[in-house]
Amino acid sequence: MKAMVQNIAQLSQRVGHDVKFMEVCGTHTMATFRSGLRQLLPVSVRLVSGPGCPVCVTDPSYLDAAIELCGRPNIIIATFGDLVRVPGTDTSLEQERAAGANVRIVYSPNDALMLARESPSKKVVFLGVGFETTAPTIAWAIWRAARDDVQNFSVLCAHKTMPQAMDALLRDKELKIDGFLCPGHVSVITGAHIYRFICERYRIPCVVSGFESWDILKSIELLLRQLAEGRAEVENEYSRSVNERGNEAAQRLMAEVFEPCDTVWRGIGIIPGSGLAIRDKYACFDATKALGVTFPEAHVNPLCRCGSVLRGAASPPDCRLFGHPCSPTHPIGPCMVSGEGVCAAYYKYEGVAA
Amino acid sequence: MELHDSTATISVGGAMREVDVSLIEEPRLGDHVLVHAGFAIHKWDQSEVEEFQAIRAAMDLREAIA
Repeated sequence: MKAMVQNIAQLSQRVGHDVKFMEVCGTHTMATFRSGLRQLLPVSVRLVSGPGCPVCVTDPSYLDAAIELCGRPNIIIATFGDLVRVPGTDTSLEQERAAGANVRIVYSPNDALMLARESPSKKVVFLGVGFETTAPTIAWAIWRAARDDVQNFSVLCAHKTMPQAMDALLRDKELKIDGFLCPGHVSVITGAHIYRFICERYRIPCVVSGFESWDILKSIELLLRQLAEGRAEVENEYSRSVNERGNEAAQRLMAEVFEPCDTVWRGIGIIPGSGLAIRDKYACFDATKALGVTFPEAHVNPLCRCGSVLRGAASPPDCRLFGHPCSPTHPIGPCMVSGEGVCAAYYKYEGVAA
Repeated sequence: MELHDSTATISVGGAMREVDVSLIEEPRLGDHVLVHAGFAIHKWDQSEVEEFQAIRAAMDLREAIA
């Protein structure tokens, strides 16, 4: 570890200017704060967090739609835990659950499917939020529901894909990113090749990184070395889990159940082709079609800067709400709720200025 | 630990947990797997397991700042 820190210091001198690396994945964000490794980096090397926390990038209109659904009779909402605490326009799923709505936190989409099998008089709606790592697990649940004719199961789908979001960020000239720490677990599914266009089109280095402190420091060293040597390539630091082609069984399943669509990212807006919609073949498992769900325009606190934080354009302390009144116990924006959210990480490990 | 059709019981730091193994090829008892949302999404071979163990052993941030 010490050698890597020394290499990073030397390479940053060779590069000779300030650099900004974006860690795209929320798990990387949390790992860099928790380990304290940010303090080991030279002042000229800055890490900024990107749009890699799935709950954080979910548009508030999706939350409002889920909240509206949970108020209908005989509906059970099944979801991963983080989403229940994110405020929509007027309330959150957690508040609705406290008021009597049937909202269940599950560990896996399979648990939601099981819940549907065990509750034939109810309609179970799973909140499908996440990137390429999570999407195949939900594709599997939909495929299985179709195979076994589980008619009371559906998914409110808001899946997103990462390369299009990275492309959208790079089109924003204000951000000036010098390198990407690419998300490790997304890459397990997709393969490392999906980032090649970033190197070819924008001449920006990419390193697929694992999640241990060692992995992240090594990836920063690799990014700096590319800059020092004038290279822009995809390097795979996380080769113990990621290969060039990815998990092809998972990719086939995703292609069977989902098709690309335009979708809204909180803080970024609509990114063409960056979402996954359920194919017509599986329309009866698509909650928007099976249950007639719509997405009315949401209204969130106008002072909340989660949108800028998610683009790497602002730090949590730049937000007037950060710490007071927005905190993990009373979150106003999603970045303060999620275990992968940068505001939550900052609050927990860096604290709040007095 | 146990394997039945598409479901395996695995040990995660000593705790037993059920995971779906439909997304990996040829799961076998004794495999090391990466798990996400209740699914095994990657199977580590022995050299990958050893790499992970070596990284864990090498990780000591106190040493890095000494």
